[in-house]
Amino acid sequence: MLFVSFLGAVYGLFWLFWILGTLFINGFKYINLQLFLQDSGPPGLNIGGLRQAFVGHFIITVLATLIGVPIGLFAGIYFAEYGRNSRFFQVLRNTTDIMVSTPSIIMGAVMYAILVVPLRHFNALAGSMALAMLMIPVISVTTYEMLKLVPFTLREAAYALGAYKWQIIKDIVLRAAKVGILTGIILGVARISGETAPLLFTSFNNQYLSFDILKPMSSLTVTIFDYAMSPYKYWHNQAWAASFCLTFFILICSLIAKALLHQKSLKLFKKKR
Amino acid sequence: MDAYEVEIKVKNLNFYYGKELALKGINLDVFKNKVTALIGPSGCGKTTFLRCLNRMHDLYVGTRYEGEIIFEGKNILDKSVDLIELRSKIGMVFQKPTPFPMSIFDNVAYGLKLKGVKGKTLKEKVEKALKDAALWDEVKDRLKESAFSLSGGQQQRLCIARAIAVEPKVILFDEPTSALDPISTAKIEDLIVQLKNRVTIVIVTHNMQQAARISDYTAFMYLGELVEVGPTEKIFTNPEKKLTEDYITGRFG
Repeated sequence: MLFVSFLGAVYGLFWLFWILGTLFINGFKYINLQLFLQDSGPPGLNIGGLRQAFVGHFIITVLATLIGVPIGLFAGIYFAEYGRNSRFFQVLRNTTDIMVSTPSIIMGAVMYAILVVPLRHFNALAGSMALAMLMIPVISVTTYEMLKLVPFTLREAAYALGAYKWQIIKDIVLRAAKVGILTGIILGVARISGETAPLLFTSFNNQYLSFDILKPMSSLTVTIFDYAMSPYKYWHNQAWAASFCLTFFILICSLIAKALLHQKSLKLFKKKR
Repeated sequence: MDAYEVEIKVKNLNFYYGKELALKGINLDVFKNKVTALIGPSGCGKTTFLRCLNRMHDLYVGTRYEGEIIFEGKNILDKSVDLIELRSKIGMVFQKPTPFPMSIFDNVAYGLKLKGVKGKTLKEKVEKALKDAALWDEVKDRLKESAFSLSGGQQQRLCIARAIAVEPKVILFDEPTSALDPISTAKIEDLIVQLKNRVTIVIVTHNMQQAARISDYTAFMYLGELVEVGPTEKIFTNPEKKLTEDYITGRFG
């Protein structure tokens, strides 16, 4: 048993480190200032960077987070605080679980129909909406789980002081669960920042720096996809560098989330001393 | 006995969890500025009864009251009663300490802030509540620290401070010392005895010595019914019912 599980663990870790190692070897050496400060150059020439993709990716992700976090948060609050006993809630809760595992390209297709077709051109907003839709179930589920961990006696104690339900949720319950919820949000951001499929036919791509969210916008993932498909060595190298940056960012997000959770468990431990 | 003013009058109270009748025809007078202890074996309905008095059961689906609980001349079981107002007049301290995830000061200030108390008055009231709860000297230099940094006994006194800060007329204690060590328990018992000068107290306790030490009246409950109620001394030395005597003398329970 020990041996088989050990083999399983080694097998998983082997691929993980191989991927990380390859990314580092192929990507790290091509990271330079030019990559961040210049837009894409003409195909075939060894000039240009990926500024438009970094900026675009940032805009799309931030916008998705701004849309997704409040909706996910309120959905989670509804699940945990208002809907626990209703049948409607059971249906919603299961639907959310299904949504967590929906293939991300479906979200892209939905947003293509809703936001791209009527506008007649690709746009960044549609990309952000698709990513937000991926994020909402993740955040609402973590929020729900974290709020459930808050002991009911704490809510009763606040009720016994004469507080309204919304005051209790705002002042006591959310405060007690804030670290867990923040962790969920960070993991949600990490989840969407590596997505390519929902962006392929929503925000599409752009060779130039753009701040207009109603126009096509470049993103790292789609650019990596395009550059990797191209015949040019220079673009391949830049795709490696971008992949490395993105993976590094997601790694940092996961580490922050880990650290927060660790800090929280330390606090809980202290409380029980 | 009739010379005292009645704070809460319970008349023919029935209480249901779904279809299950948990309290059967309770009649009880709670006297003003006295400590009334509720004793009885586990599952007899003491806590259930206590939680009727501030309608805590309303938080859960499928609970139902019948009968009357008269407080300030009104039946608090009426649908029209403002529960927020009721609960700010009838406070509660729970079995396990329930500090809020905020500083010591903010814990005590929370109920006051809900009522709109601000600034200097808020500070004064928090200080007074902490003094009344015999906690001030231990926490006056660390009011900004998290309430979780306090010991269990201190946390429970903090919860008492939080409850008395809003100046309720009645405080309900639900086995407030069952999770505490003997020294903390003694402090809280002293506190309860001092508090009765200003508030009416109803306390549920498993500990019969505790009931004997701190209460003026004792009510013995069994299987959802109120078996006997009277001055504590009488209940403990000369109960009228055989069942009460058996329980007090430890023959069952």
